[in-house]
Amino acid sequence: MPIKEDNKITADTFLDGIWKENPVFVMLLGMCPVLAVTNSVSNALAMGLATTFVLLCSSSLISLLRHLIPKEVRIATYIVIIATFVTITDYVIQAVSLELYNALGAFIQLIVVNCMILGRAEAYACKHHLLKTIVNSLGMGLGFTFALLCLGSVRELLGNGSLLGYAIFGDSFQPWVVMVLPPGGFIVLGTWLLLFNWLKERKINNEKNSSNTFANDKGVA
Amino acid sequence: MSQDHSPQRASSLSMIITLGVVAMLSGLLVVLTWQLTLAPIQENQRIMIEKAIFQVIPEATQRRTYQIKNNSLTPYDSHKSNAGKNRKNNSALLFYAAYDDRGQLKGIAAEAAAQGYADMVRLLYGYDPQCQCIRGFSVIKMTETPGLGDKILTDQAFLANFSALDARLDKAHNTLAHRIVTVKHGSKKQAWEIDAISGATITSKAVGKAINQGAEQLLPRLYPYLSQLQTLNASATKPSHNKKGTVINHAD
Repeated sequence: MPIKEDNKITADTFLDGIWKENPVFVMLLGMCPVLAVTNSVSNALAMGLATTFVLLCSSSLISLLRHLIPKEVRIATYIVIIATFVTITDYVIQAVSLELYNALGAFIQLIVVNCMILGRAEAYACKHHLLKTIVNSLGMGLGFTFALLCLGSVRELLGNGSLLGYAIFGDSFQPWVVMVLPPGGFIVLGTWLLLFNWLKERKINNEKNSSNTFANDKGVA
Repeated sequence: MSQDHSPQRASSLSMIITLGVVAMLSGLLVVLTWQLTLAPIQENQRIMIEKAIFQVIPEATQRRTYQIKNNSLTPYDSHKSNAGKNRKNNSALLFYAAYDDRGQLKGIAAEAAAQGYADMVRLLYGYDPQCQCIRGFSVIKMTETPGLGDKILTDQAFLANFSALDARLDKAHNTLAHRIVTVKHGSKKQAWEIDAISGATITSKAVGKAINQGAEQLLPRLYPYLSQLQTLNASATKPSHNKKGTVINHAD
């Protein structure tokens, strides 16, 4: 069965990942690193960028090889490719900063099993040409980073009274320690999801109302 | 029946070739990255160990690396021998002697490791020969649960265990007079016991186990050389066959 390729690259190819199909806030993929390493802004940023790098490289390679990979072994091939780029990221982060590497702990290696990346390979990269895949995975990766930053900034601000390590509140601020602990991850994620779904619902309702009035106008005319 | 499906199925050969080529490609990429990042990673590790040494022995301003091998003390040159290889070699014991500005020995730091909750907890402990006690430790690598296991670095009550953790040798200087053990939270009675953090018992135990193993191994063998290491000049000029280059100077 030949796969039909839609070659046009639109703004949505990029923006889908950031807003409409945001991997964290809409698709709820890759929750493990989202909850685990977002206790500070710098961790969130590093994790987001590392994931973006792996997503971008693996998707590009899979897109290039998409006609050569027999579909019976595609998952194995994807995992090998993803694992390669994760290992590369692992070494590069060690070379850049060991402190950061220790802060991220096992979660760098665990990018391998981030379902967002395999999901993108399976749902997008193997069906679209290279350029479109690059644009889309960049959007997805940045959307993921954006979501991690949303969580990380709130958790660091409330749990530690700082942003990127700089103290924001005065000495009198009593840190809300639960925010940097695992429960804080769930609380903040839940609150963000509430906000985003509320925004979405409001938008849909607005559209419905406006189209209703539009129809009514037409009917009157 | 299988004949009907065969046109749609890729042949085994093409699957094998695809997987083989992809695996080879990824192997190549990984090896390439490993080679390129090896030097900066080792440099980072050296800086981190140096930082850790000055953290566990705060009075120190400079350090020398030594190894005890075949019952002799030699300065250790990390540029010459592969650090990874040496660490596995059990007959060579690596340690760091830390000195203050005037070249007086302030303490001995050495690495130790034990199985924690998630993976090995690798740490560096500081030994004070004057009081024969452990003065502190610093984690080199661990993957313990954030918020629980990593409390060993922040929990004040736990860190208080290491103000003077007893690590005296027995009369024959063959082993520790008392094994260093981690005890249940709130039941520390002896100077050689470590009070565990409640909620992070496994990691606390790993710290105790690592320090005990490391100290039990190193301290008896280190004992004969302590007087030799006491001041910097005496030890630096010690063995005549050592050329200048082998005495490393990593002091900041």
